[in-house]
Amino acid sequence: MSDKFMETAIVIRQEEISFGVYDMWLKTENIAKKAVAGQFISLYSNDGSRLLPRPISICKVDKEDSAIRIVYRVVGEGTKEFSHMKSGAHIKVVGPLGNGFPLKKKNAFLIGGGIGIPPMLELAAELPKEVEKKIVLGYRDDLFLDNEFKKYGDVYIATEDGSVGTDGNVLDAIREHGLTADIIYACGPMPMLRAIKEYAEKNDIECWLSLEERMACGIGACLACVCKSKETDEHTKVNNKRICKEGPVFASWEVEI
Amino acid sequence: MNTKVNIAGVVLDNPVTVGSGTFGSGAEYSEFVDLSRLGAVTTKGVANVPWPGNPTPRVAEVYGGMLNAIGLQNPGIDVFIKRDIPFLKKYDTKIIVNVCGKSTQDYVEVVERLADQPVDLLEINISCPNVKEGGIAFGQNPKAAEAITREVKAHAKQPVIMKLSPNVTDIKEMAKAVEAAGADAVSLINTLTGMKINVKTGKFALANKTGGLSGPAVHPVAVRMVYETANAIKLPIIGMGGIMNTEDAIEMILAGATAVSVGTANFTNPRITEEIVSGIEDYMREFGVEDINELIGAVKEA
Repeated sequence: MSDKFMETAIVIRQEEISFGVYDMWLKTENIAKKAVAGQFISLYSNDGSRLLPRPISICKVDKEDSAIRIVYRVVGEGTKEFSHMKSGAHIKVVGPLGNGFPLKKKNAFLIGGGIGIPPMLELAAELPKEVEKKIVLGYRDDLFLDNEFKKYGDVYIATEDGSVGTDGNVLDAIREHGLTADIIYACGPMPMLRAIKEYAEKNDIECWLSLEERMACGIGACLACVCKSKETDEHTKVNNKRICKEGPVFASWEVEI
Repeated sequence: MNTKVNIAGVVLDNPVTVGSGTFGSGAEYSEFVDLSRLGAVTTKGVANVPWPGNPTPRVAEVYGGMLNAIGLQNPGIDVFIKRDIPFLKKYDTKIIVNVCGKSTQDYVEVVERLADQPVDLLEINISCPNVKEGGIAFGQNPKAAEAITREVKAHAKQPVIMKLSPNVTDIKEMAKAVEAAGADAVSLINTLTGMKINVKTGKFALANKTGGLSGPAVHPVAVRMVYETANAIKLPIIGMGGIMNTEDAIEMILAGATAVSVGTANFTNPRITEEIVSGIEDYMREFGVEDINELIGAVKEA
């Protein structure tokens, strides 16, 4: 039996939590029951001119209520359409997709940059309680979700405009506070992930990165969303891994970014 | 009620298959669709050796369509024979293997390797706009198309479908050329070459700059080309291009297609192929069509 479901989800509630950043809870039939931190869902437009699903990371899973929370930025017409949806609206969703973060009993860095921050919230909730969590969040300017992380660990903020916390990026914050950890989980823009991969390798820290790329099918068939892999991939027989299928979470040593 | 159609001696339970490259070898979509409900599964193009494909981004959405420049990434014929054919044999459907190559020799090698395999039909891709060598180079000149068709036919054990490009002045000439060279069927249309530029960044949307346009935006072009081709040659046609629903599929059959491929619509609805199979049955009941073959090319003057 498949672990992926195609459903018509119902919007429970939605609000704008930062400029152009929306926080939406979706009632699902089965998706929430199977979803784990680091996976994503595909949201389908109701407008026939937009054919491709929008892959959006899972920010929170409520197994009891079978609900999924997503926090996403409006970047085009598709996400704009979603942002206008009110409570009770119907939306076609496929998920959960991809592989989540491995939950290890190691003192951890949870590093999120921009719209890569949301999946870190479910990860913080799923990681074992006894694991020490240093949560490092990087923003351009406006903060969002930062308060919700506080119950899981120490939160360190970096902003590009220097308005809050460290003036700079997430690695600047780690250096400024002299932080250390035994494992890194990260999601964010590619330049940030590249820098974290380099940092992890230099300091010999186990590191898991969540990648993104333009997708079409979202389930591994169309081969649009590949990334370079160090070894020949078992499925493709070339140095390409499918972000939607083998990812989006990869060990940093598996991929070349 | 009969939904069976015949492509070059191979009987499909119904006229619905998938556009090569949109469906892998069926494994991923088998989580959403019962592959045994499809008339045939058409696989992603396979070459003699693994191909890495193009750099990313490989896809971009446009109004009513999408551009792709995957570049025929495929694992090569060895893996395909070992993994994908046995997978598809578990289902009660016909297998159409799409074959790609950079040279005539590449195509021949794949076709020969498939000779003793339990596949039903070969679809020869001479129309991919996204690879620099081979592909479309064979599909834009009638003489080249004729030559590759002859070579493939000389080595193929299964009936051969030649997949035609819409990026030509007159698709009828291409169809006639492959018919004269012994092709058993044609499929059309492959994608139309397009381009998208992101005006916020000033960059091309695709790393390959150009990509193949598919989706509902190309559907009327596809219907016109299927109609023209049906009137120019005697071979059966697998019609494709922006089929999003049952109506689009029926339209393609009325234009002259014996079977239809659903491609981009799989991305919009992973269950669409099965829905169209059921939709065709509903249509036949509603309009009192006893045999789907009555509809092939049955379009009337306005």
